[in-house]
Amino acid sequence: MSDAAPAIRTEELAKRYGKITALAGLTMSIPAGDVFGFLGPNGAGKTTAVKLLLGLAKPTSGEGWVLGAPLSDRAAHRRARADVGYLPELFRYQPWLSAREVLRVHCELIGLDRARWDAEIKDALGIVGLAERADDRVGGYSKGMQQRLGLGVALLGRPALVLLDEPTSALDPVGRHDVREVIRALKARGTTVFLNSHLLTEVEQVCDRVAIVDKGRVIQVGTLDELLRADAVRVRATGIANGGYDGLRSFGELQHEGEWLVIRGIAQDRVPDLVRAIVERGGRVYAVEPRHESLEDRFLSLLEKPRP
Amino acid sequence: MRGLVIARLVIREAARRRLLLALLILTLIVVTLTGWGFSRIPTITQRGAPLPDVQIKVIASQFLILTMFMFSFVLAMAAVFVAAPQISGDVESGTALAILSRPIGRAEYVTGKWAGLAALVAIYAGGAAAIELGVVNAVIGYVPPEPLAFIAFVIAEGLVIMTLALLLSTRLSGMVGGVIALVLFGIAWIGGIVGGIGAAFDNAGITHVGTATKLILPTDGLWRGAVYALEPQSFIAAGSQAGPASAANPFYASSAAPLSFELYVAGWVALVFGLAVLSFRAREP
Ligand SMILES: Nc1ncnc2c1ncn2[C@@H]1O[C@H](COP(=O)(O)OP(=O)(O)O)[C@@H](O)[C@H]1O
Ligand SMILES: [Mg+2]
Repeated sequence: MSDAAPAIRTEELAKRYGKITALAGLTMSIPAGDVFGFLGPNGAGKTTAVKLLLGLAKPTSGEGWVLGAPLSDRAAHRRARADVGYLPELFRYQPWLSAREVLRVHCELIGLDRARWDAEIKDALGIVGLAERADDRVGGYSKGMQQRLGLGVALLGRPALVLLDEPTSALDPVGRHDVREVIRALKARGTTVFLNSHLLTEVEQVCDRVAIVDKGRVIQVGTLDELLRADAVRVRATGIANGGYDGLRSFGELQHEGEWLVIRGIAQDRVPDLVRAIVERGGRVYAVEPRHESLEDRFLSLLEKPRP
Repeated sequence: MRGLVIARLVIREAARRRLLLALLILTLIVVTLTGWGFSRIPTITQRGAPLPDVQIKVIASQFLILTMFMFSFVLAMAAVFVAAPQISGDVESGTALAILSRPIGRAEYVTGKWAGLAALVAIYAGGAAAIELGVVNAVIGYVPPEPLAFIAFVIAEGLVIMTLALLLSTRLSGMVGGVIALVLFGIAWIGGIVGGIGAAFDNAGITHVGTATKLILPTDGLWRGAVYALEPQSFIAAGSQAGPASAANPFYASSAAPLSFELYVAGWVALVFGLAVLSFRAREP
């Protein structure tokens, strides 16, 4: 994390479509240079959040700042967008243009110095692996190639902030690997990346920090370490006295899995205390297994947890 | 001005999708056919004698008005077909997301679309009308009284219907917007005839209906202005003797469009364009 001004900040940013709350009061701050994962199931509100940040949709309430420009100041926000790249979830580019021509259009829309166009376009085409097909009509591209083009469009002009909405949805495993490499290269360059995804592996592998969203709410935000630190331990024990479990709840969240007792969110150095407490309550301990939760388990357990 | 990028995209799409080529070929076919038709007029005989020159001119002017009516109709249709999906198509396909996330405002985007379409309308209307007038002149040596005014009126008619279709395109799919625009165009045309009938029978109520449609969608009023520019003086004199009944004839105009109407049309286009900007500003792509 750097101490520079945040690349993205939101305060109670909310969006409703009629009765549907697409995004309910998003408050977050993403430091410049971070790779931020916005992780959640389908319909969680990820795309809505990105559209709000780009001024494509208007918030119902709340405020957001992109590279310092508030969403409510249309002119300032428009200027700030010159330094923002975006790969939409629904990526589609003029089918009657070639990839090179699409990139030229975007160079001009960004207001890039004409002398830099050729170099920038060559760069972008190379990064996303479309150099050989650059002069073919986009209409003849496969979905995956179009998504690669979209990524190229998002990278054009070395923006300070890149928003990628499900950037690997149409890609094969090689393509996914390539996207991860691109994101790592962006990070090395100091670019802030906002990555929308429902794929844990994607987020797990490249993101510094992650927000888990569901039903328009952020359930948890933190570094991957913070989200994963809440480790669990599995204990096989018998004979714990009735009511004995109550005394164990102070160690963490209890869950029965057959003969096993799972205690979530327990700090590792408290495990010996836990064993003693079980024994004190008449329990006979056969096995104790620390369990590092994968982000996936964590994700699922967070989504299952009833929320206030 | 980033709107210019959008305007050039509109024109480039028309060229790439071979719309301009198709219109050019069709225009050449029509011009060839009508050119042949015009060349036959002097061969018409009346009781074995060739027609006097004056009569040839009158027939030529009538035939030209008819041909140009078809042109203006094709222009209106083409303008609607191209303009109606212009914004809705971008939104539906997702193309708009990538473009509008750039440092370009909604007003610039709509302005760019309008400017590109306006250029297409002017290129097609101006080009096709100029070719036709040139061929008629070459074949039988007839030049209508005010060819430039005629071209200007036809272009204005195209701009009016195009602007309407673009407004509809900010909210409705291309198919729906296109159908609505064409139906309104037809209503305006009939409204012009109805107004003429009202005038012929001195019926104020019916005349007002005609006037109202003319103001709501001024395409027919502009068409009358275009017709007037094509009519030789002798023909207008004959028409005014026939009395107000001729006002119902959609291929005839008894008087020039007043300047106030021309200004009204400019205001109408500005208003509808402004509505398109406002409407698109409130839309989320
Ligand atoms: N334009 C819209 N009109 C109505 N509802 C919408 C619209 N866009 C999104 N929604 C709703 O908002 C919720 C969040 O959608 P979205 O942001 O696309 O989710 P995600 O990208 O996380 O899959 C969904 O319930 C979706 O149906
Ligand atoms: Mg989405």
